[in-house]
Amino acid sequence: MTTTFREPPVGMPSRGADLARRVLADRRAVLGLALLGALFLLAFAGPHLAKWHWTDTDFAAMREPPSAGHWFGTTQSGRDVYALTLRGMQKSLLIGICAAVLSTGLAALVGTVAGYAGGWADRALMWGTDLLLVLPAFLVVAVLSPAFRAAWPLLVLLLAAFMWMVTARMVRQMTISLKRREFVLAARYLGVGPARIVVRHILPHLGSLLIIDGTLNVSVAIIAESGLSYFGFGVQPPDSSLGTLIAEGTGAATTFPWLFGFAAGLLVLIVLAVNLVGDGLRDALDPAAKGGDR
Amino acid sequence: MTVLEVRDLRVTFRNGTVPAVRGISLAVGRGEVLGIVGESGCGKSATALALTGLLPPGARATGSVRLRGRELIGLTDAELARVRGRDIAMVFQDPMSALTPVRPVGDQIAETVQIHQGAGRTAARARAVELLDLVGVPDPARRARAYPHELSGGMRQRVMIAMAVANDPAVIVADEPTTALDGTVQARVLRVLRAARDATGAAIVLITHDLGVAAGLADRVMVMYAGRAVETGPVDEVYARPRMPYTIGLLQSVPRLDGRPPFAPAEDTADRPRLVPIEGHPPVPGRLPGGCPFAPRCPVAEPRCREAEPDLRPVGADGRAVACVRDIRDPAGVYPRPVPPPPAVPVPSDRRWRRPVLEVSGLTRHHPLYTGGRLRRRTGTVRAVDGIEFDIREGETLGLVGESGGGKTTALMEILRLRAPQAGRIAVLGQDTATLTAARRKALRRDVQVVFQDPLASLDPRMRVADILAEPLTAHGARRRAAAGRVGELLALVGLGAELAGRYPGNLSGGQRQRVAIARALATEPRLVLLDEPVSALDVSVQAGVLNLLEDLKARLGLAYLLVAHDLAVVRHVADRVAVMYLGRIVELGEVPQVYHRPAHPYTRALLSAVPVPDPPRERRRRSVALPGDRPDPADPPAGCRFRTRCPRHAALDPVRARRCLQVDPEPVRVGDDQLTACHYPEAMTP
Repeated sequence: MTTTFREPPVGMPSRGADLARRVLADRRAVLGLALLGALFLLAFAGPHLAKWHWTDTDFAAMREPPSAGHWFGTTQSGRDVYALTLRGMQKSLLIGICAAVLSTGLAALVGTVAGYAGGWADRALMWGTDLLLVLPAFLVVAVLSPAFRAAWPLLVLLLAAFMWMVTARMVRQMTISLKRREFVLAARYLGVGPARIVVRHILPHLGSLLIIDGTLNVSVAIIAESGLSYFGFGVQPPDSSLGTLIAEGTGAATTFPWLFGFAAGLLVLIVLAVNLVGDGLRDALDPAAKGGDR
Repeated sequence: MTVLEVRDLRVTFRNGTVPAVRGISLAVGRGEVLGIVGESGCGKSATALALTGLLPPGARATGSVRLRGRELIGLTDAELARVRGRDIAMVFQDPMSALTPVRPVGDQIAETVQIHQGAGRTAARARAVELLDLVGVPDPARRARAYPHELSGGMRQRVMIAMAVANDPAVIVADEPTTALDGTVQARVLRVLRAARDATGAAIVLITHDLGVAAGLADRVMVMYAGRAVETGPVDEVYARPRMPYTIGLLQSVPRLDGRPPFAPAEDTADRPRLVPIEGHPPVPGRLPGGCPFAPRCPVAEPRCREAEPDLRPVGADGRAVACVRDIRDPAGVYPRPVPPPPAVPVPSDRRWRRPVLEVSGLTRHHPLYTGGRLRRRTGTVRAVDGIEFDIREGETLGLVGESGGGKTTALMEILRLRAPQAGRIAVLGQDTATLTAARRKALRRDVQVVFQDPLASLDPRMRVADILAEPLTAHGARRRAAAGRVGELLALVGLGAELAGRYPGNLSGGQRQRVAIARALATEPRLVLLDEPVSALDVSVQAGVLNLLEDLKARLGLAYLLVAHDLAVVRHVADRVAVMYLGRIVELGEVPQVYHRPAHPYTRALLSAVPVPDPPRERRRRSVALPGDRPDPADPPAGCRFRTRCPRHAALDPVRARRCLQVDPEPVRVGDDQLTACHYPEAMTP
């Protein structure tokens, strides 16, 4: 070819690096990431700051309001609320975020494969999805929970397994309409393979949906876990999660607010931080949003 | 007598932040047609909406619009509603969305008569039928009871015109009235508009981007650029002796059916002279450069052009005015004439010695038609492509033309799939697509690439230009670094700067986007590029540059093109050979000069005669061949010759010879050296 060769654009970052740059340029995303980091730090390093362990019982202080000795006060059996809350937060953070990532990932995988492949793959996957939709999730988890008394990762799997179906159906529908768009057609006729088209052309357009779904799922998973715990199926006493603490504390919310106020406040903070990160990620994925171009 | 007078009209959008119209003045007399021409974003449509008081919320119009001496700006909606339809009427671009889908069109026409004239129901209905007859709707009493979706596009637009003239308005504002219509339909609608003007004496403000349409209908024209008038005057004067560089550029960049550029020296006899593009792209409203807004694109701009925006100043006696600091008398020398590059890849000049790149024979694509929801029943077959045959040889462009519904795009998509067609054979570079393995098919995709009509739709909006251009390379196994290295080279190939690599498609202009789409198609060094209406979404000034680029690339890289287009003038400029499609069949095929000069098939003749010429005296003389009726349903084509229901030649035949058209489906016959036509009585052979 008789073209005048020009230098390739220097310093052109890869797509991933560009995405990271744009996430970090977003004030909300940075705030959210910082908050989330602080919460993790509090959950895992915080217990070492206080002298009380979550299993300890202080018989000298029962239902004490927050004080210098017990920062968040104590329960009616004399356990330290600070230690209990952080212990619960460890569980809730892990359960919430892992379950959300798993369920949204599963929804994206099933939805795009079914929508893009069509035919029998679509029918088989949607049949499975519908089957899970009609199963009473709470009962199944309740029946199965005695089997994994000690293993929280199994609880995460079980929670995630019952959260992805509605999103998967939405993803499938959107994939079908994206599949007919001209840029997907163009990629197909350029010789781009189906897996690559799904990853590069379809998933980015589902970004907002998946991120909103993922952030919502964090709180849904935390609350679902607390619901299960309330009925004695999720995290079992004496271990605690934010859900069990809130469930136990709500009864005495007006008279002994410290029993549940701290746990509820931290839950709100977690959900807020995840939402901020999600908003930033969504805008970074969409070049039409402000700050799209360099 | 002036019926509409506009003074210093200004329109802003988004609460005053985006100025769309920046002070225009005009006057239209009774029975006069004023053409407002310009490219997208120049403020034409905003002007039309301001004249009729139909601006969207958030937009504001200031200045003065006087209709028969009555000021319209500042009237309330209720007051305007009494004026609209009675004194000033509007014809929109898309009649489908301008008509109510749930009521018969006759009722809709009758409604305007009832509201403004206080006529009774029966009288109004009778008047509606009369009006439909006036605008040339056949069988008006029956059509009055039809719903909009039951009518064809041209018929709907005639209904709109009937509604517009229903109350004898003083002014009709027609905003791109024929842009959405096919060529032969456009010719008929323009004739109806002219007849309506003659019958009612209404003044017409015709807004169009098509210089040919304005040339035929307008008495005076106003050329708009960046929200202002840059040149006005009698249509003949402005077209023959333009004095503003933008007008000159527009006239030179329009592809013409005869291939002759305007203002060319007589000795220039090249068979296919190049179009002269205007560099750059029209400014975005709200982000205008300082000084003359055209200065950044003007080939003869001077430093003083960038200092202050020139006012429209009168030149000559007959109401001509120009907004340019220079006094240009000779339009020929303003733009440098581009020189075509010599072919870098030599191909034998005789077609027979060149290797075929694409061979298609008997290609068929039928779509089944179903009824019902749950219990689907096959009720028919749309014969989108019904046995077509052609070949393309290396270094050659075949234009596939015809009106919508002819099957052009279906044929292109069928080739693009590189799979076995429903019937017939497709061979690319000698390889039959029916016998390809998956791996071979993927390898063959490198050699067959595509450019779609709308680059905004065909480029992934979430990918940067660099990633878009690297994609075909990585898809065919190139390493990511190597692919990234080719990006700058590809951008240079299509005349774009490397600094665009980091941009997203949404932040490029239309012309830049289509260039990126072309660069992507060329990334794998294909042999055959399929072009699906590659310039129809672009403004004329930008379109010329893209057409020249396609031509240069063909010469430089030895490409072959299959160009699908509805614009015969574009095909005239770019293609070597042309195939005309009608209802899924190729009715004529041959070398461009021959077919354009001596069309043998009556459909080709009609198509060619319907193309408006941007040359007012010639355009007014032009007599287009009228095709009666509408295109038949492709699910139920006429027996015998498919064109016979609309064929003027068939209608003129004696019954004995006409019987052959009714009974025998015509096979393509040779009528010239390299010209085939599917007609029993082709032009060259009819005495």
